[in-house]
Amino acid sequence: MAKVVEMKNITKIFPGTVANDRVDFDLEKGEIHVLLGENGAGKTTLMNILYGLYQQTSGEIYYHGKKVDIKGPNAAIALGIGMVHQHFMLVENFTVAENIILGNEPSKWKGWKLDMEEAIDRVQRVSDQFGLKVDPNALIEDISVGLAQRVEILKALYKGAEVLILDEPTAVLTPQEIDELGIILRKLTEEGKSIILITHKLKEVLSMSDRVTVIRRGKIVNSLFTRDTNVDELAEMMVGREVKLTSDKKEKETGDVILSVENLVVKDHRKLDAVKGVSFQVRAGEVLAVAGVDGNGQKELVEALTGLTKTASGKVMLCGTDITGARPRKVIEAGVGHIPEDRHKRGLILQSTLAENLILGFHYCPPFAKNGIMNYDAIHQHGKTLIGEFDVRTPDENVAAGSLSGGNQQKAIIAREFYKDPPLLIAAQPTRGLDVGAIEFVHKRLLEQRENNKAVLLVSLELDEVMNLADRIAVIYQGEIVGVLDGKDATERKLGIMMTGGSMEQAMKEGGRSNEATTA
Amino acid sequence: MKQRLLNAWSVLKLPLIAVLVGFIVGAICILAAGSNPITAYAALFKGSLASIPSIGETLYKVTPILLTGLAAAIGFRCGLFNIGGEGQYVMAAISTVAAAWYFQWMPHFILVPFLLVIGILAGGTWGGIAGVLKAKMGINEVITTIMLNWTALYLSNYLVRTVLNPSNILGDAPSGHTVVVPEVARLGKLSSMVPAFGFSSVHTGIFIALGVAVLMWFILFKTTLGYEIRGVGLNYQAAEYGGISSAKNTFLAMFISGGLAGLAGSIQILGLVYMVNQSTELPGYGFTGLSVALVGLSHPLGCIPAAILFGILDNGSRQMQLAGIPKEITAIISAVILVFVAGALLLKYASTRYEKRKMKKNGPVQSGPVMDTAGKGVE
Repeated sequence: MAKVVEMKNITKIFPGTVANDRVDFDLEKGEIHVLLGENGAGKTTLMNILYGLYQQTSGEIYYHGKKVDIKGPNAAIALGIGMVHQHFMLVENFTVAENIILGNEPSKWKGWKLDMEEAIDRVQRVSDQFGLKVDPNALIEDISVGLAQRVEILKALYKGAEVLILDEPTAVLTPQEIDELGIILRKLTEEGKSIILITHKLKEVLSMSDRVTVIRRGKIVNSLFTRDTNVDELAEMMVGREVKLTSDKKEKETGDVILSVENLVVKDHRKLDAVKGVSFQVRAGEVLAVAGVDGNGQKELVEALTGLTKTASGKVMLCGTDITGARPRKVIEAGVGHIPEDRHKRGLILQSTLAENLILGFHYCPPFAKNGIMNYDAIHQHGKTLIGEFDVRTPDENVAAGSLSGGNQQKAIIAREFYKDPPLLIAAQPTRGLDVGAIEFVHKRLLEQRENNKAVLLVSLELDEVMNLADRIAVIYQGEIVGVLDGKDATERKLGIMMTGGSMEQAMKEGGRSNEATTA
Repeated sequence: MKQRLLNAWSVLKLPLIAVLVGFIVGAICILAAGSNPITAYAALFKGSLASIPSIGETLYKVTPILLTGLAAAIGFRCGLFNIGGEGQYVMAAISTVAAAWYFQWMPHFILVPFLLVIGILAGGTWGGIAGVLKAKMGINEVITTIMLNWTALYLSNYLVRTVLNPSNILGDAPSGHTVVVPEVARLGKLSSMVPAFGFSSVHTGIFIALGVAVLMWFILFKTTLGYEIRGVGLNYQAAEYGGISSAKNTFLAMFISGGLAGLAGSIQILGLVYMVNQSTELPGYGFTGLSVALVGLSHPLGCIPAAILFGILDNGSRQMQLAGIPKEITAIISAVILVFVAGALLLKYASTRYEKRKMKKNGPVQSGPVMDTAGKGVE
């Protein structure tokens, strides 16, 4: 097969770091090629060079065998290279067609009037050709994330892309949407397009690609055919050591009820019911996971439990004490640890030092403060201890928390919350944006809580994580708990059905049928 | 040690360069006006620093703006823009005159502290109103404090004309100012203790102001209150997550900020002015305080050199005028300094935002410790 793109000996140096170190990469016509690597491994940098957003420090790029110099995205588009970014670049209150033609509008009256009919027609044609099923007249703000992603793909195709680069395309999708994306990408390759997927998720590599290139710390580790490899091998190449992707969980007797929630109703910032009468219990020594598609009330549920949002009605009991509507400090004192879903917004004060962040929440308690006066010696000592204990990679405890990498920031938060030794730990999206090594760490620590007979409430969008860790899984859909599955019975398919509004019975019926196929 | 020096330099270079540029632009303006910048600056520094009396006069100018600078700084640290230093100053000044008159039977050593507390409470209350409105209803403090400035001024004017007017209290002819603060309530003059200070107006208020600067440093960086206020200022959502009430700390910061501006008013009255005049405009110390806090990077100890700088500019301008150079030049210099400091802070803010967005896109790029905006990480 013909090589569409060849990148030879690419080196990209940023001040202080080598993002790509003599990287070779090639793409063949009609293939789906995954670029796999951890966060910060240099995969996005490499693709940004191909798309013209960065210029390589040294090395050459060949397109259809000809040496090219890609000066910017416009040059890349002119060659036929399109990129779909992780964060969509769409105008929310424009229609699909308006977004797609933006910057390349068909016109009539010698360029004085926008020819909208022509635009819609063209968009429709491209959409039909590739089976994207996009309505050109829909407003972006009304369509789902999965559809918005297709609009982005369509935008690239409309501009004549032969090579499509997709940056972490599955990060925002539900399991069903991921399947659909796979079908669409296949269809595109049949039509002669070539696709590069950037991802750090192993499962998708295996289900979607023909070839995979693994990059670690800016260097290519290996490039091989997908059919010749497996998850464990890829994980090891990616991280550089053996990784355990599934944690083994011992069977365990559960203890007393730690958290009991009854008919909890929480309103969101628009004053609409986001959580609609939810009831559940978490016992000592168990992990209860709340699974669901993003935006189904998980955030409001967690914020209400931790006192960060008002509770409209219902009752929350922690170890027998009523903490309904209690202020955050009361909740913390009652024994709740909280790993917040947004570590930049909630979890850390990024400009403050790591040491100061590591006492947030108990900064007024001895030995860190006495009679309102802080003891900075104790605070620094505490910082040093936690940094060592939780292997937070940092020069010292005096650097700003914001200067750490995402994984180390999360380690710092976990260190702080574990230090409280809380009977209940609420972990909201604890591995969001983390790479495999860090995920392994977080999972190990969460299960450690369970071992120590503490209760863990895990709220996660990642089904793998949920199925891997939870003893029981409560599926939330539009603010209601659709059903609670035993962790052992759960399959991706069952959860997927319930997460999108199907009932538990439906899930059991349909999910049961293809059980073997999906759990493998 | 070297690292510490480097850190200090990376924080301090901003105001230092701004000051340098301010003086350069000032020099260009002086040249454009047809005078010699060297003579002008010689006169400026001679007028403010060349003799002990002129140093004394400069310190007198420093006293109120150091306090209003501290007021603005603590507001900034909590993420609040307290433009109400003016109103808080005015409320404290008029309350101090009233209390000094009605409590003049008290002995000096009790009366003076008592009056300073009255000033702090008056200013604190005035700032606290804006604090409550912000904390409870989310009303922007910039708007409320500006409105409260004028409310305070007209309330003060009313009291000057009526209740506290000599015509009302002593039965004299109506006048444009209040009764005069009695001797017993006044702060001591430095010249009466050290004769070398000669004609200068410097009074013991400067020691109070310096002491308060150190106290504010301690509160901000060594107490839980300071930890909480800074936490709310840097990231109120993370602070709330950590059990810190942003409403409570917003109110407290506004109260303390107002109290400091109020203390400036009290000290100014008891130190030299001894009365409040009818006025159509705000006294201006509160606004200068904002400049002091910006140049001092919102650090209580940084406010000291910043206040001295503005004191020098203010006091030296007279000598400069005698040398034939328009004194407005000093206003230009301070404006340029301010524009540079504020502009640089803005740029820094914008660039950290940009960095953050880049980090989000490309994953974290390991670099040295991030120096934050406004040098807030300094202790």
